[in-house]
Amino acid sequence: MRWEWLPNYFPSLLYGLSITLQILLISVVVGFLLAIPIGLAQVNGSRLSKIMAGGFCSYIRGTPLLTQIWLLYYGIGSLFPLIPGMRENFMWLIRLDAYWYVLLAFTMSFAGYEAEIMRGAFLTVPKGELEAARAIGMRPGKVLRRVWLPSAILKVLPTLAGDIISQLKSTPLAFTVPVMDLMSVTSKIRQDTYLTYEPLLFLAGIYLILTFFITRLFAYFETFIPVRR
Amino acid sequence: MNTFRSLLFGAAALAAVGSIAKADIVFGTDAAPYPPFTSQNAAGEWEGWEYEAMLGVCAEMNEKCTMVPISWDGIIPALLEKKFDGIFGSMAMNDKRKLQINFSDMYYDSTTVVIGAKGGEKNFTADTFKGKTIGIQAGTSNANYVEKYYVPGGAVVKAYKGQDEVNADLIAGRIDFIVADAVALKPFLDSAEGACCEVHGPVPMDVGILGNGVGVGLRKEDKALLEKINAAIKAFANKGGFEDLSKKYKLDGLMLTAPKS
Repeated sequence: MRWEWLPNYFPSLLYGLSITLQILLISVVVGFLLAIPIGLAQVNGSRLSKIMAGGFCSYIRGTPLLTQIWLLYYGIGSLFPLIPGMRENFMWLIRLDAYWYVLLAFTMSFAGYEAEIMRGAFLTVPKGELEAARAIGMRPGKVLRRVWLPSAILKVLPTLAGDIISQLKSTPLAFTVPVMDLMSVTSKIRQDTYLTYEPLLFLAGIYLILTFFITRLFAYFETFIPVRR
Repeated sequence: MNTFRSLLFGAAALAAVGSIAKADIVFGTDAAPYPPFTSQNAAGEWEGWEYEAMLGVCAEMNEKCTMVPISWDGIIPALLEKKFDGIFGSMAMNDKRKLQINFSDMYYDSTTVVIGAKGGEKNFTADTFKGKTIGIQAGTSNANYVEKYYVPGGAVVKAYKGQDEVNADLIAGRIDFIVADAVALKPFLDSAEGACCEVHGPVPMDVGILGNGVGVGLRKEDKALLEKINAAIKAFANKGGFEDLSKKYKLDGLMLTAPKS
């Protein structure tokens, strides 16, 4: 085992870790915020919004995340030369870093998966609770904020922890477009040092530690859920 | 029980097929397409100048050779782990790699060039790339060159897994320049998609990084195989084999091949 490369690459590894964590945190938070209205639209929306929300979820859940990332990054990139005036007027859009495409792809992916789970959670909240809320005079918006949504979120909490861990483990896909995440940095170390085992082992260790923290965090959250015994 | 038995038979059959199909010498090459050197056609068959050169060299050795695709960034570790016998994949013989593996004699050489938009600056210096974005394929000697000469001057580097992805982003306008091998980029520049761009010129030579040509990469301990391959390269060169291939692929004049002796 050779580890003498570690101090040299420590700054790059920290940078890669920060990119990986940014992708994870932003996509999970924004994705979940989007999942609530998309889930709700499937349960309670108009016919059109039901079809649109359902179609979005089917696309996200039915296609590989790698395909989604490549469609966004290389797919859109291939359209740029076809648009007249694009190069002159929208250079900033062309030059938008791959990071933003990856962020968008991961956010949409998380939104799609969680919307489906939120849909199920909204449906399992007992009708009686919602009727009781309405009976005491709450308006629909207030029923959602005070009763329906909190109850649904408590139900998805255990699933959410697992999905965030899956999301973390998908982040190395960012490495297939030019984004310097943790996996990319490890690959660079492998190219520079010709070591295979040690950098990969180190990488696995970091993901394991991150997963451990996510699990503990959600275990802590779950202690707040009232359990009827 | 029945399922177990058929599974067992299946495994035995697979093992038998595996051992029959195994060739005498297995060469690894970049899994990403690298035309006109090595690429797989729609049917999954290998083609290209370098694949045919490998067949020619192997014919001189009277050996049956096969080519296996390996991710470029892990190709040297895979060779050292004995996943295959040698690298026949346009690998430049630079100093860093020579510390890890042995190389055969040179079988071809070409130039590393800067490629950018048509009408760009031809007399470029390191200053030309200040604030510009250069796309490179990760793990190549060209990538090391850009890191050493252009990054300190303020160039931004984007590293891609495969050369075709670098090309795609040059067309899209996401990168300003590519630093790559002149011959490898020729099919791209000749294509309709590559009409945007042209060769701006060769980079100043640094043999330590860019290497003295391309050779077959072998494990340091495989000395007998090295000698055998060197003799076969010489024999194939004396026949004019490499030159014929260059003519066939319309690359003559663009690249040097192993000299006749």
